[in-house]
Amino acid sequence: MPCNTNYSNHADPSESTSTAIDSNTIAFHDEPTVFEQSKKNRHSNYTTDNTDYDLNTHYKSLARQLPAELPELCETDIVRHYTRLSRQNYSKDLGLYPLGSCTMKHNPRLANKVANLNQFTQTHPYLPDHLVQGNLALCHELEELLSEISGMANITLWPAAGSHGEFTGMLMIRAYHLDQGSPRKTVLIPDSAHGTNPSSAAICGYDVQTIPSNAQGLIDADSVAKAMTKDVAAIMITNPNTLGLFESEFKEIADIVHQKGGLVYLDGANLNALMGYVKPGHIGADIMHFNLHKTFATPHGGGGPGAGPVGVVEKLAPYLPTPRIIKKNNIYSRAINFPNSIGPINTFFGNFGVLVRAYTYIRALGADGLKEATEMAVLNANYIYAMLKNHYHCPFPGKVLHECVFNDKYQNEHGIKTLDIAKRLIDFGFHPPTIYFPLIVSGALMIEPTETENKDQLDEFCNAMIAIATESKHNAELLRTAPTRSFRRRLNEVKAAKDMTLRD
Amino acid sequence: MKYIPHTSDDIKEMLHSIGANNIESLFSGIPLACKDSSVLNIPKSINEMSLHKHIETIANKNAPISPGNCFLGAGAYHHYIPATVSELASRSEFLTPYTPYQPELSQGTLQVLYEFQTMIARLFDMDVSNASHYSGATAFADACLMATRINRKKTKLLISDLIHPEYINILRTTYIHKDQICLIPSKNGCIDQNALHALIDDSTAAIAMGYPNCFGIVEELTNIVSLAHDKHALAISVTPEPLALSILQPPGAFDIDIAVGEGLSFGLPVNFGGPSLGLFTVKKKFVRQMPGRVCGKTVDANNNIGYVLTLSTREQHIRREKATSNICSNQAHCATTAAIYLAALGKNGLIELGKKNAFNADYAREKLSQVKGISLPYTSPIFNEFIVRLPKPADQVIATCEKDGLYPGIAISAWQSKYKNDLLICCTELNDRFDIKQLIKGITNAL
Repeated sequence: MPCNTNYSNHADPSESTSTAIDSNTIAFHDEPTVFEQSKKNRHSNYTTDNTDYDLNTHYKSLARQLPAELPELCETDIVRHYTRLSRQNYSKDLGLYPLGSCTMKHNPRLANKVANLNQFTQTHPYLPDHLVQGNLALCHELEELLSEISGMANITLWPAAGSHGEFTGMLMIRAYHLDQGSPRKTVLIPDSAHGTNPSSAAICGYDVQTIPSNAQGLIDADSVAKAMTKDVAAIMITNPNTLGLFESEFKEIADIVHQKGGLVYLDGANLNALMGYVKPGHIGADIMHFNLHKTFATPHGGGGPGAGPVGVVEKLAPYLPTPRIIKKNNIYSRAINFPNSIGPINTFFGNFGVLVRAYTYIRALGADGLKEATEMAVLNANYIYAMLKNHYHCPFPGKVLHECVFNDKYQNEHGIKTLDIAKRLIDFGFHPPTIYFPLIVSGALMIEPTETENKDQLDEFCNAMIAIATESKHNAELLRTAPTRSFRRRLNEVKAAKDMTLRD
Repeated sequence: MKYIPHTSDDIKEMLHSIGANNIESLFSGIPLACKDSSVLNIPKSINEMSLHKHIETIANKNAPISPGNCFLGAGAYHHYIPATVSELASRSEFLTPYTPYQPELSQGTLQVLYEFQTMIARLFDMDVSNASHYSGATAFADACLMATRINRKKTKLLISDLIHPEYINILRTTYIHKDQICLIPSKNGCIDQNALHALIDDSTAAIAMGYPNCFGIVEELTNIVSLAHDKHALAISVTPEPLALSILQPPGAFDIDIAVGEGLSFGLPVNFGGPSLGLFTVKKKFVRQMPGRVCGKTVDANNNIGYVLTLSTREQHIRREKATSNICSNQAHCATTAAIYLAALGKNGLIELGKKNAFNADYAREKLSQVKGISLPYTSPIFNEFIVRLPKPADQVIATCEKDGLYPGIAISAWQSKYKNDLLICCTELNDRFDIKQLIKGITNAL
């Protein structure tokens, strides 16, 4: 069963009642907030032994006058509250999570287990190197693994997320150009790019020039040649791009950019399509980030923590953030003396726990498993593409890799929009795909199944999508009012933005 | 282990449906010149048991640490984590969803984030909290950038030199106008207010101060904040140990504009420093310049209360290069853990814990000051960490203590080389009376 007990097993949801909660289920609770459940003077179960420490004597005017109004609950309340709330979530562990460009694959349990080993969790970041050889060794080995997968010469592991990796990369690009005499002014970014790309470039002080995609959804080397000047610091390309298509002129584009002294940044969000097939460092990319919470299966946690390591070619290595981990005679140490380094970009060792999980995943799969993961991810996406292409319009048909993008063009004829399709999928027990992205596709539905889904799951998903396409012709109201089987109906986002009720 | 569910028959059937002859042909969109024919030079797939053993071998290369013998703080503090907190947070419904883009399927995470924002805002006594930043240091750097967006055309940042030095270094990396970062000197472990008066001018976008600062000292901020406001500069506070706010005046009480912190202390293991949890709170009037995700309350089509990510017109997926930050994934699961922790300890539990930390540190400081040769260079109030001045270099004392499995503190000479005999010692609830006696004995023997 994919979700809570009020979902029948991807059965025809039209058989259900239109109320949010079926009469035979007790799965969902309207759960009051912790503040509403709080009762004055109910004592927490987590007390410390009493100390007679008079705050006013010790701190005088600096003693807190009014206590922070945290809730007053006991362990039963706490356990029930968060257990009940957890059941209002859909999650990867409940079923297919086909968010395009998010690579929601299964999160192996072993990785969680070993990341919680005391020998890792109790290490303080200021312990000297000789007491944390295990942590440093793991980081160093992970750097080597990422380097081998990507063909990049050197890696930094510290960025906390993909966009933080982009930012780190852009800072290195800026530092490199400054050393050549000028930071340059502009960064070229295709119109199919994720919003973090232009945002990261802008924070580093660059103007963004958009490169339009061609009729096939790809970037032409010609249009890059036209835009490329000595004012351009870099181009940022996602490859495969957000349509799931390989940028086939990538090498030519890299040559054009390099000829004018620019650098090529590869957004590695879609690396799951390339492992064992393409090494970005060998096709002209100078710098790239990895999303360990995508390609390397670390849990996304409802919005992080992820990790966004960055790989660079040799000429950019001097600019890598500090600290760097050095291995000498099998002894690992931290080093910070790199005069050209952009400096530290996060405290300590970034999201270290995420690094442990990613290392475990890569070692579990091995060289053969990583390549197979890529192959099966591409197989699954192509299968979905094949099953759905007669039912949904594909604006950029091509050789899709790990994800495919449809839109709502056929359904528009019946007054149905992508949002309706997405919300109706919820009634079928599935998390919707990424919607309205990439921006170059009007009403986009961006589907990435990943390799860890079996054929039955994919078939059920495709059947649901096909049923929805049929409903859009004959029973459009079902879609417009969807979802009806989730804990909450459509949420009023306009009201949220207008009211700005951001706390109790 | 490969986590691939397909049988060879499945693969055949699927290839047939696709109309492809083999897997290789699915990659024909990649030009040959881009393909790498070599096999990855990575060990082959191994089974779970062998891998478990391998990772344990790596972990065992770390020295075993008993938190009671560890007096290291400086931005990462050992605290007890109730069993309930780790158990609830590790429920896979919290651990394995994506960012809540589909609120109908994400009310659990969203309500938790809303409650997190409320608890953090109340603890800091600020109007609004976001749903998390990467770490205290990145939150601090982003707070400074935010101040320069609010105070357009002003670029100068006055930064207390007693803000955690790593935070300052990360700001230097982040802020492209590096020459506009100006350190405010300190005097007696607090901001030197005369020096600050000399430094502040009309080009100052913000003044930033540590609370408690990196020497563990709790500074009175009232005068500094009003000076900032007189000059139309923003006041930013940085709190690496927000447990302190359980018993100390919160940033809001000083009229701080942007108050940030590191939430690692709230239910997260120190774990070599991460995953960390950036806390980011602001006055309501600045909310549209705030970076990061934020959750808001609304209703659904049936008028039931529900929660969504909101104010997304600030964000990169809508505003692209004009966004207030590039943040996408943040530290939502750490925020979830912190929310559970704060709710579990509750109003009184957190105050008791704060008192226990202050009491233990105060006791250790008092006892150490009675040891011959040790002095206290600062007498201002502290929370759970403090500096002692030793009669010999701190790193020598540390090295001697380490031989007995005692980690007495941090030599701050790495931050400010003139203080080579100063040792920064942190005591939390995990360092009991016995541990503190061992600490005193260990340091005394090492002198």
